[in-house]
Amino acid sequence: MKHTAWNGFNTGVWDKAIDVRDFIQRNYVPYEGDDSFLVGPTERTTNLWQQVLKLYEEERAKGGMLDADTSVATHITAHAPGYIDKDLETIVGLQTDKPLKRAMFPYGGLRTAKSAVEEYGFEFDAQTEDFFKKHRKTHNDGVFDVYTPEMRAARSAHIITGLPDAYSRGRIIGDYRRVALYGVDHLIEEKLKEFDITMGDMLEEVIRDREEIKDQIRSLQELKEMAASYGYDISEPAKDVKEAIQWLYFGYLGAIKEQNGAAMSIGRNTTFLDIYAERDLKNGTYTEEQIQEFVDHFIMKLRMVRFARIHEYNNLFTGDPVWTTESIGGMGTDGRTLVSKMAFRYLHTLTNLGPAPEPNLTVLWSPRMPIGFRRFCAKLSIETSSIQYENDDLMRPNSGDDYAIACCVSPMRIGKEMQFFGARSNLAKCLLYAINGGVDEKSKKQVGPRYRPITSEYLDFDEVWERFDDMMEWLAGVYVNSLNIIHYMHDKYAYEKLEMALHDRKVTRWFATGIAGLSVVADSLSAIKFAKVKPVRDENGVAVEFEIDGDFPKYGNDDDRVDELAAKVVSTFMNKIRKHPTYRHSVPTMSLLTITSNVVYGTATGSTPDGRKAGEAFAPGANPMHGRDSHGAIASLASVAKMPWRDSSDGISNTFSIVPDALGKTGEAFVSMSDFDFDLDPSQLPNGNTNFACSEPNVTIDEK
Amino acid sequence: MKAGEYMKGRVHSIETMGTVDGPGMRFVVFLQGCPMRCAYCHNPDTWDNVGDSTMMTIDEIWEQFERNRSFYTNGGITVTGGEPLVQIDFVLALFTYFKERGIHTCLDTSGITYTPVQRSKFEALLAVTDLAMLDIKDIDPTHHKDITKQSIDPVKAFAKLTTATNTDVWIRHVIVPGLTDNKDRHYRLGFFLGAMPNIKALDCLPYHVMGVNKYKELNIPYRLEGTQAAPKELAVAASKTVLAGMKAYRQHQWSVWPQEG
Repeated sequence: MKHTAWNGFNTGVWDKAIDVRDFIQRNYVPYEGDDSFLVGPTERTTNLWQQVLKLYEEERAKGGMLDADTSVATHITAHAPGYIDKDLETIVGLQTDKPLKRAMFPYGGLRTAKSAVEEYGFEFDAQTEDFFKKHRKTHNDGVFDVYTPEMRAARSAHIITGLPDAYSRGRIIGDYRRVALYGVDHLIEEKLKEFDITMGDMLEEVIRDREEIKDQIRSLQELKEMAASYGYDISEPAKDVKEAIQWLYFGYLGAIKEQNGAAMSIGRNTTFLDIYAERDLKNGTYTEEQIQEFVDHFIMKLRMVRFARIHEYNNLFTGDPVWTTESIGGMGTDGRTLVSKMAFRYLHTLTNLGPAPEPNLTVLWSPRMPIGFRRFCAKLSIETSSIQYENDDLMRPNSGDDYAIACCVSPMRIGKEMQFFGARSNLAKCLLYAINGGVDEKSKKQVGPRYRPITSEYLDFDEVWERFDDMMEWLAGVYVNSLNIIHYMHDKYAYEKLEMALHDRKVTRWFATGIAGLSVVADSLSAIKFAKVKPVRDENGVAVEFEIDGDFPKYGNDDDRVDELAAKVVSTFMNKIRKHPTYRHSVPTMSLLTITSNVVYGTATGSTPDGRKAGEAFAPGANPMHGRDSHGAIASLASVAKMPWRDSSDGISNTFSIVPDALGKTGEAFVSMSDFDFDLDPSQLPNGNTNFACSEPNVTIDEK
Repeated sequence: MKAGEYMKGRVHSIETMGTVDGPGMRFVVFLQGCPMRCAYCHNPDTWDNVGDSTMMTIDEIWEQFERNRSFYTNGGITVTGGEPLVQIDFVLALFTYFKERGIHTCLDTSGITYTPVQRSKFEALLAVTDLAMLDIKDIDPTHHKDITKQSIDPVKAFAKLTTATNTDVWIRHVIVPGLTDNKDRHYRLGFFLGAMPNIKALDCLPYHVMGVNKYKELNIPYRLEGTQAAPKELAVAASKTVLAGMKAYRQHQWSVWPQEG
């Protein structure tokens, strides 16, 4: 096949089969320069952005939700086209018919959808509610139909927590670039071919595959319809950079009209789009000003993505995040950098429109990226604090050079891998269960198995570890099986049709489990091992407080004695997860990740043997406990870096903040002599380059 | 036995990510003990020669540095305090050890312990010091005495020694409102520094109040109670005056150290 839209592109595998990476590799131009080519916002952009800011204000004034649809169950074509200011917008498309108006997503769970609008003072349409109650089962209904009593108890006690059983799982990234490169008609043709080869004995697996592919095709047709309502025909490939951005955005827009997943990431698009931009610049189709304007307008749209969430969800995630993560930069497996001018243009929106948390601009960091780009990132980080960095060198060997980050840390090959999001199990609580024989320290209910509690006056490390090992064994089983139910039901009642239409037929599915409270567990085990820990038991014999006598090494100080305990917990628990069969032959992984929900997990957990009091927040992700890392950030990072990536390949997060002043000397009060002309005989001037005061710190963060 | 095994220093603490104590990212060793009693000191817990310190061998410090060495490729090690030169034998051995292994060494000092008798030892130390950060509290002898309870003479003598050994120096000077924000003395400081071609940078630091709580914890009266943190502009203005003093000195092409009044 050959489209005129492809004129000027190098051909390869990509024009014979769907292969976006091949297209990129054969056509992109690595950019080694600096940011001097960038241009400011156009008048149109500024005008449009002012209107959006005004809408933000109105939204805040209304308590956080400007408007909500309370009767239409959303899908790709559910709403008439919406605009901010039609004449000014170069990139169009909104989730509903009005800006910042939130759509209704009942398929994950009716009660959640209802509460989400009612908590903000909107009334849920009675007829819609009645329809769903009587005629349309949701994901949430399905899960609770089959949960075992043990799973329900573990869930209520928050030993497994944050599970996507009442909301949409998210974490799936469609390859939205395919819409731009191939056009929707071609994607449908390919899906029909896939449908034809999905044959065999008609048992559950094959039947499900065939039904899913048909659903995918239907969603692609709806996508075309939706784009047509905005006046665009996306059945054919995009012809220029404006269309490429617009087509790609329509793909993403379809996904966020259909799904309100926890984390709706958008992929890795800058290098792809830059190919169109370079061709247009060369042909004189568009100027740099115009291209930056398209990017600014596109990013503006991504900043306006909204979902109606319940307060409890917002507490869990501390805010109202979408995690429209866009992965930028990195290195190719052939050694060329994937940094293009478009990477600069995306980040430049932080200047043109001002800083913002969304989209979650994530730089895939490698010290081998061109210095011009690294300097630009450092500068913008200092100015805006709005860039996330992840370690490309760590992920590339496993994930290749066309992966993107879902949510905040999970790497996925775009269009080839997806994940079953599994939230977290609370290992700090699990340790308490080990000490208390499965009795919950808060509710005093028997939640875990009735193993013998520890009754000695002082805790003995070997005994505690043995019990903890047994309790983790139990927890892993309940956890994996709960997730199996959840993802079975999600596929059945809230399948991500469009996102999966933008994947290959055969995808790798990651079964993404997680741990909360790692540093609490590590320090607790260290206290038990290196100091003397005496449990204080209440009238039920449940250890509710711990008295610690003596000092002990604390995780976060680059001290192997305790860091190795933390690493051992990670590997032990992961291996227990691996013992269980998983839904759809998904591959188990684990993350040490919480950016905010650690506060909620802490609230649900009693006092722990490390000296942490009941209710106190856990540290986020793989972070050391607050205030216990006394040797500075590098020792702290070094501890985190010892956590085994092979057993937590879904991501390890370490959150820390630095005030810009602590990043080195720049300002005017620090004067390097080479900057100062003393009007002297050169022989008296100091020699050499002394302008090193601003040299960038070479922080390599192990996955933030 | 090698020096790394038997030489021990009194270490107050270690900061593994130092970004303001020398070029690049640095492994910062805070040594215990200081003879100065600077009014605005933010580390009074390092004054006492024993305090709450830990004895560490050079090997132990190297081991901590080496395991995260990749972070320090643009930086190196900084020794500060307290006044590190209270333990000059240890610092000399430590820097020799690190220099042998190709690490950039930076010494943050007030120069207060210098005596001509020990000149050769100080020269040996400067020979393994890539950068000295010299903190001059005040150029005026009376004010210096008032602020630090010590004479300025050793400080000046040490400064001249760095010029003689041609050691790279960054000058630090803290601007405290009402105490050191005097234009005349800034100019005189610049005039003094004008004769030091080995100066590579000048860093005027605005006074901050982050150390004040430590005084309460240690039950030491704080002499600057009520003094507000200095605005950045004050530091910028001070550095301009110091530079003007340096320029004036150098344009006159004086070849000897000026006499100050």
